[in-house]
Amino acid sequence: MSLTNQEYEELSKRYSKNSKAMMNIPKAFIIGGLICALGQGLIALYTALGVPEDLAPGACSMTLVLLSALLTGLGVYDNIAKHAGAGTLVPITGFANAMVSPALEFKSEGLILGVGAKMFAIAGPVIVYGLSASVLYGLVMVLLGL
Amino acid sequence: MAKKLGKQTYVMDTPPTIAGFAAIGSKKEGEGPLGQYFDVINFDSTFSQKTWEKAESKLAHDTVELAVKKAGLSYQDIDCIFAGDLLNQCIGSTFGVRELGIPYLGIYGACSTMAEGLMLAAFLADGGGMQNIIASTASHFCTAERQYRFPLEYGGQRTPTSQWTVTGSGAAVVTAGGGAGPFIRAATVGTIEDKGIKDAANMGAAMAPAAAATIQQFFADTGTRPEDYDLILTGDLGQVGSDLLYELLLREDVDIKSRHTDCGLLIYDPDKQDVHAGASGCGCCASVLCSYILPSVVAGRLKKLLFIATGALLSPTSTQQGESIPSVAHLVYITSEPGQGV
Amino acid sequence: MDMILPYVWAFLVGGAICAVGQVLIDFTKLTPARILVSFVVLGVLLGALGIYQPLIDFAGAGASVPLTGFGALLAKGVRDAVAENGNIGILTGGLIASAGGVTAAIVCALSVALVFRPKDKA
Repeated sequence: MSLTNQEYEELSKRYSKNSKAMMNIPKAFIIGGLICALGQGLIALYTALGVPEDLAPGACSMTLVLLSALLTGLGVYDNIAKHAGAGTLVPITGFANAMVSPALEFKSEGLILGVGAKMFAIAGPVIVYGLSASVLYGLVMVLLGL
Repeated sequence: MAKKLGKQTYVMDTPPTIAGFAAIGSKKEGEGPLGQYFDVINFDSTFSQKTWEKAESKLAHDTVELAVKKAGLSYQDIDCIFAGDLLNQCIGSTFGVRELGIPYLGIYGACSTMAEGLMLAAFLADGGGMQNIIASTASHFCTAERQYRFPLEYGGQRTPTSQWTVTGSGAAVVTAGGGAGPFIRAATVGTIEDKGIKDAANMGAAMAPAAAATIQQFFADTGTRPEDYDLILTGDLGQVGSDLLYELLLREDVDIKSRHTDCGLLIYDPDKQDVHAGASGCGCCASVLCSYILPSVVAGRLKKLLFIATGALLSPTSTQQGESIPSVAHLVYITSEPGQGV
Repeated sequence: MDMILPYVWAFLVGGAICAVGQVLIDFTKLTPARILVSFVVLGVLLGALGIYQPLIDFAGAGASVPLTGFGALLAKGVRDAVAENGNIGILTGGLIASAGGVTAAIVCALSVALVFRPKDKA
């Protein structure tokens, strides 16, 4: 076969269907938006229940994490995510799903190196780079005397 | 003893026969168009086991057991088993057959394993001094997902080019000389091909060049043409890989389209079952061959069959390190009638 | 109308941030894990630049629920801790601010793993 790698890549692109972005993006928008609207409802609920205004968003996030974990355990979250894509990935629920699903999956490898370690296999980098970026911000802030 | 023909093809002296074969699948396979042809469909994909790996081993074990039984043999009659699968260190196969007491030779060819096993079995039966040899392989959707991709409950989106790993297994008993068929007449050992595809969710595109190279080599070695065969059956190229295979071969003036189908397109219904570009996995072509295809050869509806199983030789490590996906394809020529040559 | 408006803005802004994520999935080779990391780091940056807080004030959960909000929370935590405790806050602020969410995710993951089993997708 005389085809170069470059020629083959172009050929394979011609036969490989692209993701249906025109369907995926609206679906991600709607489902992601609904999760955030649900969050807004939770904030309103907690505020009405007397939770201080600055703590209500945190309580809302924790509730969404709990809900996502439950749906993941029941085997439902991935069925929604199949349609929602980034709509269920980007909200805090996606972070929770990324923690819960490997913990559940690798239970068969034991509680320590299975559940305990694999829990961070997908979501760990979010914590690592999020915290590191915040430390970097702190350093810059202090060094520049802001 | 098989004789070399051309560059990579070996023609059997006394074509060995496939004396018994069996295929087992699970729910999704049972709901597919070929469900009725499987020997057993177990709707419980855990196969009553505690882990998915144990389930795959049980699947492999039960299929071997059934194939030996259907061949009218017992384990003492088996000289050797060639088996392999997709799991790290091939534990699906080794753990599956560890209690059978059959001399074991492990092989790894990813999804090309069934053709690799069949050809090695045929070579050893035709002049290697062995009488009965098993070729077997299995795959399980859940073990493949957790090893190669994401946890089952992870909320990811599959791309349109991705393929669905078959939860299924096929096993065949190859017997030296004589018998009623189907007969293994020749085999072409494939070379590793790599055209630089890096997307692990587009296996069809990665494997098509290997299939094209082996098919083209077989026709060159034997001086035959696609029209000389009833069916050219590839392993698990899926829709993308099949289209690319036609294109690649057409550029070499070989037109297989009218004779070709792909196991990855047969086993599921792409309209009703959510499988994107088709099926994949060691168990895909093994179970299709041992459920739907070989009975047609036995009945004489298919007289001349080219079975080409393709394997993507990647690992999670190579993918993370950004390597491209090398692939291999092995060809086995199977006929309903005895005879010599090609 | 005043009752409904916060929900509309949460829906629109949250949906838009998710739509950006989907564009990255469909049109780039970025894996989901890389997209999550990018969103968090972007959130830290926007939070540090003081751009994200106005968005939270405006869209509420629409800005705080997506992972960019998590990033902005980390930045805010560091800023508050440094103001309150001095330089040690550079190291303590991020985790203190995100302690609830991270701990909830860890405990939920453990609990769910103990109770449930993963299911086949066939």
